[in-house]
Amino acid sequence: MNRIIILAGLLSWLAVGPALGQTKYFTRTGTISFFSATPFEDIEARNQQVGAAVDVQSGQVAFTVPMKEFKFPKSLMQVHFNENYVESEKYPKATFTGHLVGFESVQLVSSGPRQVQVEGDLTIHGVTRHVRVPGTLEKQGNRLLVNSKFAVASADYNIEIPALVRSHVAKTVDVTVALACEPIP
Amino acid sequence: MASNFTPGRLAAGLALAVLSAAPACAQDLLQQLNHLATDSLRREYVEATFKGTRVINGHSIETPGAGSLVFLISHRFGTLNSGAYEFFGLDQATIRLGLEYGLTDRLAVGVGRSSLEKTFDGFLKYKLLRQSTGVGALPISVTLLATSALSSLKFVAPPERSTTSRFTYTYQALLARKISPSLSVQLMPTLLHRNYVDLSRDQNNVYALGGAVRQKLTKRLALTGEYYYLLPGATADDFRNALAVGFDIETGGHVFQLHFTNAQGMIEKFFIPQTTGNFFKGDIFFGFNISRAFQLHSKP
Repeated sequence: MNRIIILAGLLSWLAVGPALGQTKYFTRTGTISFFSATPFEDIEARNQQVGAAVDVQSGQVAFTVPMKEFKFPKSLMQVHFNENYVESEKYPKATFTGHLVGFESVQLVSSGPRQVQVEGDLTIHGVTRHVRVPGTLEKQGNRLLVNSKFAVASADYNIEIPALVRSHVAKTVDVTVALACEPIP
Repeated sequence: MASNFTPGRLAAGLALAVLSAAPACAQDLLQQLNHLATDSLRREYVEATFKGTRVINGHSIETPGAGSLVFLISHRFGTLNSGAYEFFGLDQATIRLGLEYGLTDRLAVGVGRSSLEKTFDGFLKYKLLRQSTGVGALPISVTLLATSALSSLKFVAPPERSTTSRFTYTYQALLARKISPSLSVQLMPTLLHRNYVDLSRDQNNVYALGGAVRQKLTKRLALTGEYYYLLPGATADDFRNALAVGFDIETGGHVFQLHFTNAQGMIEKFFIPQTTGNFFKGDIFFGFNISRAFQLHSKP
C-alpha cells in the first residue's frame, strides 16, 4: 500500500522534473487563534488543526480551518460557539483561497521575515468575502513560517450576536495565524 | 487497480501526487489541501445534544464540562385545575435547589435539596460513550447515572424510620442520538430501588423506560418532550406515567426551561414511581428550571 503512494508521488515528481524544486509548502497542524476583547469579558480560542498550503512559485495560498477544533477555556463557550454562532455542523470549515500580492519566489532567499500582502476569498459561516490582509513569510531551514494578524467582523459573515450578550462579545475579533509549513513532497 | 486498495490512503497518495505536480490556481490548491488534510479521519464528538443537563424532569446525557459549576433552580407550581382560589396553582410551589460540577468533561457530581418530603439527593453521572464522526464513529451517546435520595421528613407515627429506610436509589442508562442539528432523541431505561415501602403491595424495585425528544425551533429556542413508561407491576397499576412538555430558552450562560407536567417532584424518586396526576384532566403542574453555569477552572 505504502509503495503505491510512494510510487504515485515519485512518478508525478519525475513527470514534472526536479527543475521546479521545492515550491509548495504544507501543514495540517497550523495555529489560528482569535481574541474578543470587551470591558466585561475577554474571550480567546485556539485552533491547532489548521490545514494550509503555500506555493511560493505561483504565489497561491489556501487554508482550511475545521471550526470544531477551536478550543475555549470555558466549556459552555465552546458549545455556544459551535451551536449558535458559527453553526459548525452546517458549516464545518472556514476556508481561504488567494494569492500573494506582487510576490516573487526569489525574494525568499534572503533571511528574516518578509512582509507580504495576501488577497483572496475568505469563507466563514458559509459567507465568502474578498479580503486583503498583511502577513510575513520566513524561510527557516527547509520550513516556511507564515504569520499574520488581521481583524474579522462577525457581522460581515452573518454571525449574529444576540442583544443580551452584545456587551460580552466584541463586534470585531482579532485573528492570529501562525504556521510552520513543510515542503512537499 | 485502485479499487483493490484502501480508498482513503490511495486518495491521499494521489492528492500528494497532484499537489506536487500541478501549478494550479488557489482554488485547486484548496481542493488538494482538503485531500491532504484528511479531515474525514479526524474524530469529532457531537456536541449539545440537549441544551441542559435535564430534559425536563429527568436527566439528559449532558454534563457540565470540566471545571464548570451549574446552579440549578427548579420550580413546580400547583395544578392548573386547582381553580381560581389557588390562582390556578401559582399559590403553591415546590422547589429543588441543586449544584452540579464537572470533574472532567465526562464525569460530573451533583447534590440537591427538594422541598417535597424534605429530600436531599446526590448523583454521579458519567459519559460512557459519545456520539462522534470520523475515525471510530459512534451513532449514539451513552451516559450512566446513579442517584440516591434521602427523605429527611419527620415521621410522627411510630415506628421512627431508620436512616437506611429513608433512601431511594435510581440507576439509568441514558442513550441519545442527535439526529440532526435541531432534532435529538433519548431513551432512558431505569431501575429505581426503594429501601422501604409502606405497603406489602408496593414494589421495592420499580422498572421504567423513558423517552425524550428535543426539537429546536430557532438557534436558542427548543421544544422538548419527555415520557416515563412504568413497566407492568403494582406501581404501574397504582400510579401514572410521567409526561412533560416544555420549551428550552437559552441566553448566554443561562438556560430557562418552562414546562407543563403531570409530575410534581423534580427527582427520579418522585416523578417516576409517584406520579398521580392525569395530564389530560388538567392535573398539570406548570414549572421551570433555571440553570446558570460558572466556570471555576479553565480547561487545560
